[in-house]
Amino acid sequence: METVMDIGLGHYLSVAAILFILGVFGIFLNRRNVIIILMSVELILLAVNINLVAFSVFLHDLVGQVFALFILTVAAAEAAIGLAILVIYFRNRGSIAVEDINLMKG
Amino acid sequence: MILPALAFYLFAAVLVLAGMLVITARNPVHSVLFLILAFFNAAGLFVLIGAEFVAMILVIVYVGAVAVLFLFVVMMLDINFQELRKGFLRYLPAGLAVGAALLAELGLVISGWVYAGPADSVRAAPTPESVANAQALGDLLYTQYAYIFEASGLVLLVAMIGAIVLTLRSRKGTRRQVIADQVSRRREDVVAVVKVRTGEGV
Repeated sequence: METVMDIGLGHYLSVAAILFILGVFGIFLNRRNVIIILMSVELILLAVNINLVAFSVFLHDLVGQVFALFILTVAAAEAAIGLAILVIYFRNRGSIAVEDINLMKG
Repeated sequence: MILPALAFYLFAAVLVLAGMLVITARNPVHSVLFLILAFFNAAGLFVLIGAEFVAMILVIVYVGAVAVLFLFVVMMLDINFQELRKGFLRYLPAGLAVGAALLAELGLVISGWVYAGPADSVRAAPTPESVANAQALGDLLYTQYAYIFEASGLVLLVAMIGAIVLTLRSRKGTRRQVIADQVSRRREDVVAVVKVRTGEGV
């Protein structure tokens, strides 16, 4: 009999899903502020990590945690590069509003 | 049984709340601080589930490096954040719609998910019994996944070089030591022997 006090895989997946949606929501909500968008991406990656680790523990397969470590690495690299681009963009234009980033007319 | 459950609900609630505050806080510095809180609570969840090593790495990498990097950038750039929040309410309906759609989809996935019977036999690396989490991860990471581990090191190296190359700038008007110029100075160019007559000066 599964009760509310029995913490299973579903609980962790639900938390990760909510966190993922918060990240996506944050990207929409702060369309103009690149820094908050980058933080939202970090939230999304954290949600993915929670998913991987939860599956890894409940299915007794260690590879999920190895994957989580690699995602952590990529997330750190992404944050460093993203913030470096942000800094030089601010140095050149004096603003970080997303609408102003249209030099390449993409 | 009840204590881990309560701890889970505490960590999960604070995690979700902190995540919510990250995207809605008026001041980006507060956003970063709530992000740090979220990372700490995620690490708590990992410890609770028995993945101590990932939890510690999460605290070290995310809180110690990524969040502090964010904090540096937010504090060092002189940005008018009120200006950037203008479209906040305009994008709210679209965000809510996408969020609700994603939530419905994920809810369907989570509620409809079942554990397949043969899944036990296709594990890539079954968790070893009576071995500490960190040791088990190390045994796996340095043997079976050694090449990917080194590749992730390369990713970090490229990111480091990229960040330095991007942000390095040569300012005009600064005087630096140029060792080649110093070494290539010749005595004849800079020293002159002058005979000074008595009482006349140079």
